[in-house]
Amino acid sequence: MKIRDKKLQLENLTVSFDGFKALNNLTLHVDPGELLCIIGPNGAGKTTMMDVITGKTRPDSGRVSFGSAIDLLRLSEPQIVSAGIGRKFQKPTVFEQLTVFENLELALAGTRSFLKTMRARIMPKQLDRIYEVLDIIGLTQQRDAFGRVLAHGQKQWLEIGMLLMQNPELLLVDEPVAGMTPHEIERTAELLLSLAGEHSVVVVEHDMAFVRSIARRVTVLHEGSVIAEGDMDKVQNDPRVIEVYLGV
Amino acid sequence: MWFLATLAVVAIATPVLNQLVPASSVFHLSAFGITLIGKYMCYGMLALALDLIWGYCGILSLGHAAFFALGGYAMGMYLMREIGPRGVYGNPILPDFMVFLNYKSLPWFWHGFNHFGVALLMMVLVPALLALVFGWFAFRSRVTGVYFSIITQALTYALMLAFFRNDMGFGGNNGFTDFKDILGFDLHSDRTRVVLLMVTAAALAGSYAACRAIVRSRAGRVVLAIRDAESRTRFLGYPVESFKLWLFVFSGIVAGIAGALYVPQVGIINPSEFSPINSIEAVVWVAVGGRGTLYGAIVGAVLVNYAKTYLTGAFPDAWLYALGALFVLVTLFLPHGIAGFVLRWKKHTARSVAAAASAVSAEPVKK
Repeated sequence: MKIRDKKLQLENLTVSFDGFKALNNLTLHVDPGELLCIIGPNGAGKTTMMDVITGKTRPDSGRVSFGSAIDLLRLSEPQIVSAGIGRKFQKPTVFEQLTVFENLELALAGTRSFLKTMRARIMPKQLDRIYEVLDIIGLTQQRDAFGRVLAHGQKQWLEIGMLLMQNPELLLVDEPVAGMTPHEIERTAELLLSLAGEHSVVVVEHDMAFVRSIARRVTVLHEGSVIAEGDMDKVQNDPRVIEVYLGV
Repeated sequence: MWFLATLAVVAIATPVLNQLVPASSVFHLSAFGITLIGKYMCYGMLALALDLIWGYCGILSLGHAAFFALGGYAMGMYLMREIGPRGVYGNPILPDFMVFLNYKSLPWFWHGFNHFGVALLMMVLVPALLALVFGWFAFRSRVTGVYFSIITQALTYALMLAFFRNDMGFGGNNGFTDFKDILGFDLHSDRTRVVLLMVTAAALAGSYAACRAIVRSRAGRVVLAIRDAESRTRFLGYPVESFKLWLFVFSGIVAGIAGALYVPQVGIINPSEFSPINSIEAVVWVAVGGRGTLYGAIVGAVLVNYAKTYLTGAFPDAWLYALGALFVLVTLFLPHGIAGFVLRWKKHTARSVAAAASAVSAEPVKK
């Protein structure tokens, strides 16, 4: 496949912190509209990889391209966001002192400067979008509740909703089901599956049952490099994967 | 809204009580009282400016009195030039302190200050420029939290030392005083004092309305978001540094205007206005009133200063201890200040009213 057909392409990425190689010659790609799961033991470099894609960490070497033409390593963090990449953090961080509705309002794609947001009003179309997203994440009833009173799972969904407001082409989702109840996990799986197709989604997750329930393609990281790739069954039977990760 | 209404009542009542009520009546308000109220309003503006960045954006400035003092100095320079040949030394151009310090000619930065318009511009521009340059460096380097507080404290301390020097051209430790009039109106007449008070009330109302417009806009919600989760806000694509800078500059301007209005009413400005303790006191006003609510900051400034006026008169040595104790007590028992207490009390009564109402409506069902 040509590079042009990929949504995101990481090539030969290396990041080291004081000699420790968090990423070691990492190469992987994400296809348009696919749901890719990335798994790996602690310290495999999953979070560092997310940091590089979103511009938080600069790699020592390698390339990161988004779509056909955008070199992400040349963009700043806000520029990467406006290029169409949204990230959900491991720990849910919603704005606690704002309501669910206001959280979504701030995440709305569009104006970002101080003077413009001073005068910004919600357009009817944008209001429709907010209600649409409230419906997708199942928080219509909690619209006017403050972020701080939401349950853990609801915060995670709100954060995914905030990503959706920006209408990103690529969603990076870090450990979405950590600490969730089985019912919440099930709802989250449905949510993520419904998002793939329209968006490309990358999920980093520890929970094997969850990954099995949503993944079409799985990439396994270990010590900063890819050690296996393919569908869940193939990956689970890979001897190297069993050795470093699943070997319990 | 009720806050602006209260302010309007004060702004109308004080001139009436001073000008129309005869001096023999118990309701007569003395010139001292007028100046005092005017002074409290200036402090209220400073508290408002501080609350906007601290209460809403989490930027704790321990040097906000610097902007207040700079605005005050700009006004003071105009008032000094306005004295003209009526000074002790009778020099038509040079203010008294320059004659005394053997200045031969006016320093370049004093030119133009004989025009009120120029002075007015400087009252806004100088604090704004300092806030812009300082904020730009601090926010761009992502200096936050206690580190930011410490360098603001250093800033105001450095300015104080600089203004203490005689060769700075700002009158050294004596500063400026002996003002005669403003725009031709005698500063010692009650009428001028009353007008100054009304102008101050208008400025306070204007800055309150402006701050309210900011915090109620989407920009205000972004500012709250920055306070609660700064990096999250950055990831949403908001230029956090630029938001902080705008807010900081605006806050500096409000503080500067407050200082400019303060000087003609108290009749003196000297480097002690830059002293770090002043900035810290302003923080206490906001904490006592309730940070994160605009009216709370102003109420706090007025109440604490009223206490200060009373205590420094009745027990001069006790004031600093009282201030310290107040800060500790408020932090321990009223973490959201007076405004937070009022809010809790309101909620409490609302709940008991609702409970009573539901009890009443439930009765017929029982029957």
